[in-house]
Amino acid sequence: MDMYAEEIISHYEYPHNKGRMERPSASFHDNNPLCGDDMTIYLKISGQKISEAMFDGSGCAISMASASMLTDEVKGKSLAEVGEMDARSIISMLGIDPGPARLKCATLSLRTLKEALLSYRKMPADGSVREL
Amino acid sequence: MRRIDVGAIREDFPILSTRMNGKPLAYLDNAATSQKPRQVISAISEYYGRYNANIHRGIYKIAEEATEKYIESKSKLARMINAGSSREIIYTRNATESINLVALSWGEANIRRGDHILITEMEHHSNMVPWMVLARRKGAVLDYVRLGKDYNLEMGSLEKELSKNPKIMAFTHASNVLGTVNDARSITTKAHKAGALVLVDGAQSAPHMGVDVRGIGCDLFALSGHKMLGPTGIGALYGKEELLERMEPLLTGGDMIRSVTYESFEWNELPWKFEAGTPNIAGGIALGTAVDYINKVGIGRIRAHEESLTSYAIERMGRIKGVKIFGASDHDANGRAGIVSFAVDGIHPHDVSQIFDGEGIAIRAGHHCAMPLVTQLIKEPALSRMSFYLYNTEEEVDRAVAAIDKVKRTFKL
Repeated sequence: MDMYAEEIISHYEYPHNKGRMERPSASFHDNNPLCGDDMTIYLKISGQKISEAMFDGSGCAISMASASMLTDEVKGKSLAEVGEMDARSIISMLGIDPGPARLKCATLSLRTLKEALLSYRKMPADGSVREL
Repeated sequence: MRRIDVGAIREDFPILSTRMNGKPLAYLDNAATSQKPRQVISAISEYYGRYNANIHRGIYKIAEEATEKYIESKSKLARMINAGSSREIIYTRNATESINLVALSWGEANIRRGDHILITEMEHHSNMVPWMVLARRKGAVLDYVRLGKDYNLEMGSLEKELSKNPKIMAFTHASNVLGTVNDARSITTKAHKAGALVLVDGAQSAPHMGVDVRGIGCDLFALSGHKMLGPTGIGALYGKEELLERMEPLLTGGDMIRSVTYESFEWNELPWKFEAGTPNIAGGIALGTAVDYINKVGIGRIRAHEESLTSYAIERMGRIKGVKIFGASDHDANGRAGIVSFAVDGIHPHDVSQIFDGEGIAIRAGHHCAMPLVTQLIKEPALSRMSFYLYNTEEEVDRAVAAIDKVKRTFKL
C-alpha cells in the first residue's frame, strides 16, 4: 500500500486547523525526540463537547497529516467519544497502514490530544480516556 | 592498486540477492550494521554443528578446537589493527560495552572530583553518555572539543581543552554522522603530551580503513564486530598490555580467575581477566572469519572502493536541487569515511527513508545516536544517511538518486 496516498500528501501540504489557538480550554505539547517530531494540540471545549481543535508543530508527513485529519475529525465529538479513540481509529482515519515503525508518528497527534484532555480539569476522572 | 571485484564479493552475501518490497535490496546502512558473508554465517553454524564445547576447560578434542579457534580469532584481530599481541584484545559485546568497560573500570579507579574528562562534539552517544555518567558520579568535569568549519574538530579548541590536563581523552576515529576521519595519531600525541590517557572509538574506522593502534599510539581502542562483517554480540577493546594489567576487571566469576580459595582469589592473565563467564564463543570465532574475509579483499582496496563510491554519491547528490549534504566538503583520502548524511529541503528524513524503503533501498533516518550533534549543532530534527561498504555499487547510488527524485515528485517539489 502506498503510504503517501494523495490525501496524506494533501493534508501535509495544506494542513487543516494549523496554528496557535488563543485561549484554548485545554492544550498539550509533546514531542518525539527519536524522530524530532513536535506537536501541540489546542482544544476548545463546551458542554462536554469539543467545539474547536487546532494543532501546531513540525514533523514527518504522517504525523502532520494525522494531526490535520484528527483535528477535523474530533470537532463536534463528545469527550467520551474522543476518549474511546485508539490507534485503530487513526489507521482507519488515515486510510493507510503505517506499519510498526511509523505507528508512533501516526498516533502522536492522538496521544497529544488525549494528554490535553487529561489535563482538562473538568474531565471526569473515571478513566474514560483510554490510554493508547 | 587493483580494484576489488564487487560482483564476486556480492555473491558471498546471501542477503544481497534478496528483495525488499519487491525490489532488489540496496543496502546503504552499513554504518548501522554490515551484512555478513556466507563464510561468517557458516563459521557460526559450523561451531554449533561440529565442535560446540566450552573453552579453556575440556580436555577433549572439540573443546580444544573451540579454544584454539577462539584464541586464534583474537590473534587475527590483533594483527589486523596491529596490536602487540592477542593479550591486548578483550572481547566485549560491542564498542559501546568496550567504552563502558573503560569508564567503569579505569574511570572508577582514576577519576576524582574536579578532574577533567575530554571528548568531542561529534561523538556517538556510546562515547558520550558513559563519560557523562562517570563525570556525574565522581563530580568530574566533562569538556568537549568544539567543531568548526565543515564540522571538523577545531584545533584551537583542542589545545584549549588539553591545557586543562584532562585525565582521559576519548574521541571517535571516524564520525558516524559526518564521515569525518580524525587524525587519530596527531590528536593522541597532543593528548599524551597533556598527560591524558587516550581512547579511540573505532566503530566506524576499523571496518573500513587500515587501523594501526600502535602507530596511532592510543592506549585504548574500541570496535564492534557486527559493523565489520561479523555477527552481532561481539566487539573488542584493545588496550596496551601494561594498562590492562593495572586495570581491575569489571565482571568477575568463572574463567577470569587463576585461582580461588575460600579466603582469596587471583586474577587470570590477560586478556581472560576481563572475560568473566562463558564468552560469545561462536561470535568470537566468526569475527575471526570476518577478519579473514576483509584481509582477503584487502582493507586498503575496500577503503579505495568506498572513497570512490562516496565521491560519486556526493557529486551526484550535490547536483540535486534542495538536497544538502553535511560534513567535510573537501574530499581527500583522509577526509571522509563512506558516509553521506543529507537532508531534502522541506521533507522529514523519515518520509525520505520510507520512500527509499518502497524502492528497496535501506538508509538510516534519525539522529544517528548523536543527538546533540544533529539537533544542537547541525540544527536539524533528524538526517537521512547513506553509508557504504565493500559490496555497494555505483548503480545502487544511482537508484538512491532516482529515489530522491521520487521523494520530490511525491511531495510535489
